[in-house]
Amino acid sequence: MASLNLLVGVSLVYVAFLFAVAFAAERAAVRGRSGWLRTPLVYTLSLSIYCTAWTFYGAVGYAARSGMEYVTIYLGPSLVMIGWWWVLRKLVRIGRSQRVTSVADLISARYGKSNTLAIIVTLMAVVGVTPYIALQLQSVTLALSIFSGPPDAEGLNGLNPLSAGFWVAGGLAVFTVLFGTRNLNANERHDGVVIAIAVEAVVKLVALLAVGIFVVWGIAGGIGPMMERIDASALGTWELDRSRWAALTVLSAAAFLCLPRMFQVLVVENDDERHVQIASWAFPVYLLLMSLFVVPIAVVGLNLLPAGSNPDLFVVSVPLAQGQTGLAVLSFLGGFSSATSMVIVATLALSTMVSNHVVMPIYLSLKSGGASMSGDVRNVILLARRLSILLIIALGYVYYVLSGGSGALAAIGLISFAGVAQFLPAMLGGIFWRGATRLGALSGLCLGFAIWVYASLLPSFGQDAVLPASFFEVGPFGINWLRPYAFFGIDGMDPTVHAVFWSLLMNTCVFIVVSLLTFPKPLERLQGAQFVNVFDHSGQARGWHASVAASEDLMIMAQRILGASEAQALFRTAAREQGMTGHLPEPTPAFLERLERELSASVGTATAHAMVSQMVGAASVSVEDLLAVADESAQMLEYSSQLEAKSAELSRTAGQLREANEKLTQLSVQKDAFLGQISHELRTPMTSIRAFSEIMRDAEGLSVAEKTKYASIIHVEAIRLTRLLDDLLDLSVLENGQVSLNSATGPLEAVLDHAVITAQASGDGRLRVTRDNVAGDTMVTTDLDRLGQVFINLITNAQKYCRAAAPHLEISVHADAKRLAVEFRDNGTPIPDAARALIFEKFARVAEGDGSGAGLGLAICREIMARLGGDITHVPQAAGNVFVVQIPRRQVLAGQ
Amino acid sequence: MDKHVLLVEDEVNIIEAMRFLLTRDGWKVGTHSDGATAVSAIRDARPDLVVLDYMLPGKSGIEILTELRALPDFAGLPVLMLTARGQSRDRDLAERAGVNRFMTKPFSNAEVLNAVRDLVRA
Amino acid sequence: MARGPSSPVFLERRSYRRRRLQDAQRLLPVLGMLLWMVPVLWPTRDETGHVTMSAAIYYVFGVWCLLIGLSFGLWRGLKRKVDEGTEPPAGDP
Repeated sequence: MASLNLLVGVSLVYVAFLFAVAFAAERAAVRGRSGWLRTPLVYTLSLSIYCTAWTFYGAVGYAARSGMEYVTIYLGPSLVMIGWWWVLRKLVRIGRSQRVTSVADLISARYGKSNTLAIIVTLMAVVGVTPYIALQLQSVTLALSIFSGPPDAEGLNGLNPLSAGFWVAGGLAVFTVLFGTRNLNANERHDGVVIAIAVEAVVKLVALLAVGIFVVWGIAGGIGPMMERIDASALGTWELDRSRWAALTVLSAAAFLCLPRMFQVLVVENDDERHVQIASWAFPVYLLLMSLFVVPIAVVGLNLLPAGSNPDLFVVSVPLAQGQTGLAVLSFLGGFSSATSMVIVATLALSTMVSNHVVMPIYLSLKSGGASMSGDVRNVILLARRLSILLIIALGYVYYVLSGGSGALAAIGLISFAGVAQFLPAMLGGIFWRGATRLGALSGLCLGFAIWVYASLLPSFGQDAVLPASFFEVGPFGINWLRPYAFFGIDGMDPTVHAVFWSLLMNTCVFIVVSLLTFPKPLERLQGAQFVNVFDHSGQARGWHASVAASEDLMIMAQRILGASEAQALFRTAAREQGMTGHLPEPTPAFLERLERELSASVGTATAHAMVSQMVGAASVSVEDLLAVADESAQMLEYSSQLEAKSAELSRTAGQLREANEKLTQLSVQKDAFLGQISHELRTPMTSIRAFSEIMRDAEGLSVAEKTKYASIIHVEAIRLTRLLDDLLDLSVLENGQVSLNSATGPLEAVLDHAVITAQASGDGRLRVTRDNVAGDTMVTTDLDRLGQVFINLITNAQKYCRAAAPHLEISVHADAKRLAVEFRDNGTPIPDAARALIFEKFARVAEGDGSGAGLGLAICREIMARLGGDITHVPQAAGNVFVVQIPRRQVLAGQ
Repeated sequence: MDKHVLLVEDEVNIIEAMRFLLTRDGWKVGTHSDGATAVSAIRDARPDLVVLDYMLPGKSGIEILTELRALPDFAGLPVLMLTARGQSRDRDLAERAGVNRFMTKPFSNAEVLNAVRDLVRA
Repeated sequence: MARGPSSPVFLERRSYRRRRLQDAQRLLPVLGMLLWMVPVLWPTRDETGHVTMSAAIYYVFGVWCLLIGLSFGLWRGLKRKVDEGTEPPAGDP
């Protein structure tokens, strides 16, 4: 038929146009002008691969059959996007920081880079998505059949659905291989593909809106009449299978996160985390627009078209029946876009998983030399990927043929959804729960998947096709509670809800229980912490510590996988960052980790890990390695805290040294002055003595009074000299510890009495001495004479230096069980801070040249108190000075 | 005419001895015992000779001498400095400040009289 | 008025508002879930009383528009807060 040929021609032109767009985008990306390629708008539009041919054609059919239920397929994703904060944000961050390439890679990386898990997830994804790909083939084939005219008597219409399906499948396969694996740089980011699917997203939206607008305004005559028409139709009354409404909303939300193709566009192709935020409202808008006209089209289709028309094709058949061929072609292109974009991305995502997790590990293990063998691994990867694409599309075609092209589109889509939703517990558990283990994930996935296969996938081929009809009636081998649609004998559940409910429930329960019972390996625990706490540290905490790996070997391997120039650039940058001039960096743990990340972008986490493991000579990171790393970091911590303590100690010592130095400097000045002082103190009285004795000897005519006066001067000065010498000797003896102490017990009051009397005898009597709080029976055991000497000194000092108008000294005693404290509080001028440190030093006098003391008194006091096991301190006061003499109750004789 | 000597010294007994000796030798003796006001006392008294103690309350002998030498009228005033510290560094300091004669205590009476006479005659 | 002393208060307020906007963002999907599960409570054809399809369409799409509007508003609000604020976007609470 001419219109069929026209359609094929239009499709080919459209595909060529998409190629041009993709090619231009990749050229721009290569030239580094990729800014416009990675905008929030493009990101949002790329998410629209969620809306496949199933939703394009199938939603109307779904609505025609079940009313509003079709909308649940859009509600789930809308909720996920609006609630991006909870899951998507974390998924995207983890995907970026761990360079995750697929959903299988994510799960494998989370559970200790387990390749078993990766293989299982990959196989499940392939099995789960195959019906979906079949669905796309079926949609496009059906849509084509509409254009080929009404079916003839034999039900054939010149278009054999099987051969048509084959050509469609072949075309899609070629298209995908050319699109997805065209670039030899096997990175998981596909600028061209993303742009192409963004364009397709626009096409399908425009097509569906055009049909919708035509139906509402062109046929029904506006919104009001349309609504009346809806209410008057068979769909006019709200009808709902309640369990399906809730279950399908949850299921579509789960599938939105778990579908390999959605993971590809949501996480892998994400360029900027902020795009997720914008898509959080923009993508729901897209979904709303996609579902807005579904019910009107269904209602108008049911009204206009003859009974028995396939409602799945109303989107095309309604405009066609109205003679709007152009609109019908546009609508076909919309469906075609939906199908192609879904198949391309889905197969790309699946082929990445298959080649990274199945083909490459097998290939590497077959090659005895591991990753270090000769040959370009990149070609192997690309070949593996192309073969995977062909295989997956072939599987889809086989399913299409097997299922006989029968069944409503929506039912097939839901089967697929339920299959991939099995990833959800392992995925969410992995990113939110550190306790999730590999075995838990493995058993949950396997059980959930098995239930899904048994209760959903196999029955979809029809009774007696795979499962005998007896299974459905009496259960397998007569086990009644294992009937595929009625587990545990609970009849009457909707088959889809039944499969989703039991598979997800058992999956989750087993996942949790096994996780609780098993103990994760160290690598799992490390990865678990990295995933769950991804926002705390988006870095890497894996411990490569291999010095065995020669950088050259790594370079050779990296060149094969990344391409020569990229690998060289990577190594050069790393070498420069390490401060080296050559092209080869040291294989430091940091570099190995980075290399592994780069490699994992091409071949997946587990494979990259295995490759680097082989190169560095450690088959995997062993417990010992991890313990060593942990040990090392603990040691580092300890060492650094030691260093800190040391540095604190050093700075403390430095402070003490500075203080000591200051004191020494002062003491040196003091010492310097010592000789001058001692000389001065000795020579001054000597001068008087000598002068007067010479006068008395030489001068004539001295009166008796004069003679007496001069003689008494000589006498006083001689006594002064003697006292000075006594003090000096006393101090010297005390300092050398040669003093003998005569311990005796006596009342403290008597000692004080004696001291006050002795001191006042030599003073001018101006100082008023009062006593407070001196209990008469306070006994003290010590060298009482020496203690008295200290008291005398203190009282004498107060006499000499207290410059107050009415000098006053108050002596008080404070006693506790161990010590007596005798306080001498005067009302004189406080000793300046600067002088306080020195007052107990020899010849220290607060003010230069005042008084007649030699400045030895306090020095002697200090020495005596040290000998007596006590202490003498000066306490600064706002006004006046307080000297506190502390005496132990039971004196321990120090010194000898 | 009696020559005028100003004693700047804080030890009362030494003042007593010096006054006795110098008065007997025919000097007119003035005394001052505070370092801080010594310079103005010397300016007021305009003595022919100053006997200056090295250690004084308020201001040291060296400081007084330095200030004195800075005044034009007193740049050539004979100064005899007495010290009880007996350290050679002090002598250097005093000579740099412009002292005419430096004597360490204790001294004999004859010694000090000879020095005083020398200084004024010169 | 002195602006100096009052500016920390403003900063505090702004970061407080940002936190509350984030709370709202987290609660939004819960609200959506609740509103969209309301149709489960409606009587269906066999039961007494019924809801017309047009009313159902208005309700479901109305909720949709509301959620999109709120999500958009929160995005705008947070974007402005982050642009104004000195704090970096918060990590996990």
